[in-house]
Amino acid sequence: MAQQIVSEVLDNRRVGDYHVLSLTAPGVAETALPGHFVTLAMGGEESSMVLRRAFAIHQVTSRGVYGGTLDVAVSVQGRGTKWLSERRRHDVVSVVGPLGQPFSLPKQGVSCVLVGGGYGSAPLFMLAQALRERGCRVDMVIGASTEDKLFGVLELKRLASSLTITTDDGSSGVRGRVTDVLDDVMNRAGADVVYACGPMPMLAEVARISTKKRVYSQCAVEEAMACGIGVCMTCVLPVIGDDGVTRMVRSCVDGPIFRGDRVRWRDINTVPADALGAPDHESGS
Amino acid sequence: MSRALISDGGSADRRHPPVDADTSVDLAGIPLPSPIVTASGCAAAGRELDGFFDITSIGAIVTKSIMLKPRSGRATPRMSETPSGMLNSIGLQGPGIDSFLQNDLAWLNQRGARTIVSIAGESVDEYAKLAAKLRGAGGFEGIEVNISCPNVADRGQVFACRADSASQVIQAVRRSSDPRVPIFAKLSPDVTDIVEIAESVIRAGATGLSLINTLLGMVIDTTTMRPTLAGVTGGLSGPAIRPVAVRCVWQVRQAFPNIPIIGMGGVRSGRDALEFMLAGATAVSVGTAIFNDPSAPARVHAELAREVRALGFDRVEDVIGYAHRREEQPIPQPVDTLDDWDFITE
Repeated sequence: MAQQIVSEVLDNRRVGDYHVLSLTAPGVAETALPGHFVTLAMGGEESSMVLRRAFAIHQVTSRGVYGGTLDVAVSVQGRGTKWLSERRRHDVVSVVGPLGQPFSLPKQGVSCVLVGGGYGSAPLFMLAQALRERGCRVDMVIGASTEDKLFGVLELKRLASSLTITTDDGSSGVRGRVTDVLDDVMNRAGADVVYACGPMPMLAEVARISTKKRVYSQCAVEEAMACGIGVCMTCVLPVIGDDGVTRMVRSCVDGPIFRGDRVRWRDINTVPADALGAPDHESGS
Repeated sequence: MSRALISDGGSADRRHPPVDADTSVDLAGIPLPSPIVTASGCAAAGRELDGFFDITSIGAIVTKSIMLKPRSGRATPRMSETPSGMLNSIGLQGPGIDSFLQNDLAWLNQRGARTIVSIAGESVDEYAKLAAKLRGAGGFEGIEVNISCPNVADRGQVFACRADSASQVIQAVRRSSDPRVPIFAKLSPDVTDIVEIAESVIRAGATGLSLINTLLGMVIDTTTMRPTLAGVTGGLSGPAIRPVAVRCVWQVRQAFPNIPIIGMGGVRSGRDALEFMLAGATAVSVGTAIFNDPSAPARVHAELAREVRALGFDRVEDVIGYAHRREEQPIPQPVDTLDDWDFITE
């Protein structure tokens, strides 16, 4: 059950182009699973920024001096994330979480390939740990436009059997995209499951490659959210249900983790004509 | 108007005056324990919020506008944050009335929440059918008739923009509904004279009014040099629109002092809710603030009870329309709620 708490900032450190904030999170950290996210309010009580920002949970500790704590990775993209990146130790931030559906984990010790784009690798740390504890083999592929935008290379090397790095400009690892090397990594690892988090075009391609190879994939999608708790209907995308019907589902409560073969990637940002309740004429509304 | 006990002096109440005012109100015959209700479209059907606060503790849940059939809504992006507000272009996504009655309303009843059902249609006939379905089902306290959703392709579909179309819808809903059930017409501020529209729906049988829906707005992304929202335009909500909403409540209250009003638009604190009640609202909806603070309705309720008491009123009901009072009318003595010294000296 999601909690609404006032957190204290314990630490704010630079990691490449990103900031990692550690927050006190009693009642949130203890129940968080890999793939869960939290929303943080921006700019204090009288802020002109009325919407929370969503962040994948990067790491949690459930015991310590402060009770549970959690880490989130922040990429400064606008006014809200800039404000957040300027928080210092002892500042307070309102946190709601854990939210969303977590990654589902295999029952057996199978071979898993984890793919992260940019700071999309942040939630894969907890996932890799959980998979390893279950006896799964974990191979990782992370990529970014440039070396500074890679997240957590050193730690991931320790967590994974193999780590393949790609950068668009070749400043680190293989020049190119994660999806350029995915096929090879999957073959080498004998992948049974693929997990991915990153920009939507990357997820679409990871899902396509996995599905073509008949490998089960789970993708953590990135959709703009207003509420994060399922009431505003902002963050919808077309997903095929167990009954074969496409619905515009909420990525905050029905996701953010979806089966790669169920998301209609090409129809993102549209309402497919065969979706449940789609307009039968151009009436918009 | 009842004066605060503290100004009477001497009694035990003076030492320990109640911190909170009595929050119960009568909304068009519906007894509510609080004037604070949710705003349609910002609380779904209550279920998601129940984990953050007890939804039976506030006045009522006003559900997201329901239509006859399941509806997918508009394409994304559907949302854009704006200074002290946001634009939305959801387009009334929902499961349709049958699923709503079976799942959402049934759950609200089982949970013991008071419910005002918001309905939206594309034609007068659809509104009438929705009202008839609700009449058959029962299990709610009132109907809010959303005739002012701005997220439709054709501006002519916004019934609340014209007095004749607005009154046709309300008349149809009134005829198809149980006569004992109050119906609230939700109006748009995007009109030249909201009092004229209010008059037409009151004549058509509206028991009360919900003021206001979002304002039609637009944002252009200066990087892509295209409209940010897939639907191009959207409804503006949040604190940015509060003065517009307070003005609408004020004007309508002045023209129709006996018509109950549910006021809304950018409420995020008890003081904001108080402002709407002073302008003439009997109940106040909390909407966009929920996205920032999922427990906002309960918090606003508690803050309002304290604010009203601090002003020297015993009952929240006494502040309704109080800003319209005559010059010579006396105002109550403010209560000093910082009475901790009582305990220290004893």
